[in-house]
Amino acid sequence: MNETTKAPEAPRKIGAQRPQTRLSKLFDNRWVGLVGLLIALLVPFVNASNYTMSIMTTAAVFVMLASGLNIVVGFTGLLDLGYAAFFAVGAYTSGILATRFDLPLVATVPAVIVVTVIAGVIIGAPTLRLRSDYLAIVTLGFGEIIRITANNLPVTGGPSGIYGIPGLTDSPVSLYFVTVVIVAIAVIGASRLGRSRLGRAMRFVREDEDAAEATGVHTYRVKLAAYIAGAVWGGLAGVLFAGQVSAISPNSFTFLYSATVLMAVVLGGMGSVPGVVLGAIIISLLPELLRDAADYRFFIFGVLLIIVMIVRPQGLWPARSKEALK
Amino acid sequence: MTLLQVSELRLTFGGLVAIDGLSFSVNEAEIVSVIGPNGAGKTSAFNCVTGFYKPTGGTITFEGTSLLGMRPSAVAGVGISRTFQNLRLFGELSVLDNVRAGSHLWLKQSVFDALLHTPRYRRSERECTDEANHWLDFVGLRGDRYSAARNLPYGEQRRVEIARALARKPRLLLLDEPAAGLNHTEKAEMLDLIRRIRDLGIAIVLIEHDMGLVMQVSERIVVLNFGKEIADGRPEEVRRDPAVIEAYLGSDAHA
Repeated sequence: MNETTKAPEAPRKIGAQRPQTRLSKLFDNRWVGLVGLLIALLVPFVNASNYTMSIMTTAAVFVMLASGLNIVVGFTGLLDLGYAAFFAVGAYTSGILATRFDLPLVATVPAVIVVTVIAGVIIGAPTLRLRSDYLAIVTLGFGEIIRITANNLPVTGGPSGIYGIPGLTDSPVSLYFVTVVIVAIAVIGASRLGRSRLGRAMRFVREDEDAAEATGVHTYRVKLAAYIAGAVWGGLAGVLFAGQVSAISPNSFTFLYSATVLMAVVLGGMGSVPGVVLGAIIISLLPELLRDAADYRFFIFGVLLIIVMIVRPQGLWPARSKEALK
Repeated sequence: MTLLQVSELRLTFGGLVAIDGLSFSVNEAEIVSVIGPNGAGKTSAFNCVTGFYKPTGGTITFEGTSLLGMRPSAVAGVGISRTFQNLRLFGELSVLDNVRAGSHLWLKQSVFDALLHTPRYRRSERECTDEANHWLDFVGLRGDRYSAARNLPYGEQRRVEIARALARKPRLLLLDEPAAGLNHTEKAEMLDLIRRIRDLGIAIVLIEHDMGLVMQVSERIVVLNFGKEIADGRPEEVRRDPAVIEAYLGSDAHA
């Protein structure tokens, strides 16, 4: 074993000389996330109108959805076009349980986790053997199946959906605070998952499935784990959504919605947690900020997105392959 | 002691016979080369052993356990590592992360450790980074190990792939043309590296076209032609074997 000493000495030092711009240092800083959270928590002290609180809460829920989809699309490289399905499963499960059994919304969370895991397995198990485009089409199909099922079942209230879902809290401001804290925990969770053994395995699968398999990564199991994690994140975001709007119907969970979440992930930078958070905030708030443009706002929104994707195809805040020194 | 035993291996793709009754064995800490003209079935044999192809017939055992029907990740689990003929690194990931992949199988860390950042998480992360650095030192990587693997020069990428295979702590290492595309100096270094790996007690099966390297490093050589084994023996025996000279060396400038 003493042969190891023959290896050339100290190549690590060469690797350590890494030129870094001031900007990239700033973005690498772990305090960036904390500052973002602080800003989010300060919003109600600036403007606490019901309108502001409503769009900010919606944006926070959207951030949670995007960070969940990022596990599937960004980390693992599985194109999921039906992510709203898990959002719907979560919202409906908590909505039905809360209204039928008079439960507070929080009490439905364990059931939501169980149901979304099952949904993730049911959708993921047969489809994850497929690669790329085929998987995208099948997830698109499942997204529609869930929505159409909800539209036709008596238990989900058919096209009119479920109403009278109890809120998480009693005022819009406190609801906003609770939502931001939960979403922040979810985002940190997604980011920590990404830096773990499982998160690395997901990236190996994304980069090269065969090579990952040869290094001992059970690729199918890793893909299923990513899918289930995405399902749980989406389902819990659904609970927040149900609590916020108090009435849900199949119209809230269309393909367009799945596509919008995917857009947030791509715009922010696939696989980059801070990027995806930024992307989600922009996608959900920009149309509101453009309200003055009236009928043109979605046109301007679209043009802005196209410009961003031409100028910065890797996303606004892309994931970096370079590692920070510890 | 026999580590890997391949008997009567057969592999057909439809009507095409890629491997036709191949048998060979590898002992512990032995360097065995598999040579033969292009299309002789060398890489196919590797793919059968590592679970990427399902053989049509025959048996493959590793320390007495049959490898047939195992998926590649399970084969990696019993202690067989491989590299690929055309480099298969995770290009967008850092060099360190590439080698950390090797520790996937033995790293003890649950999802909850990762979410809560328990002491076990920190310990295991440090352990797998140390291990990755150790193997990068061992293969003699000179380039930046913190940046993306695709930025490294070709020869360096070869080293990273071998480091990744070693980080899995294998008993047997299958190298598919490790010297392909390397210059003269790099080839000499590769020769030295292969010997140092063997000195760790790891058996090596080598597919290689560079006859100089094969003759210098191998303890035994298996020669394939059209999916059949035509010779198996020590380098000097194989070099003189008339069947080999006719099928392979006789038509090759290196001989």
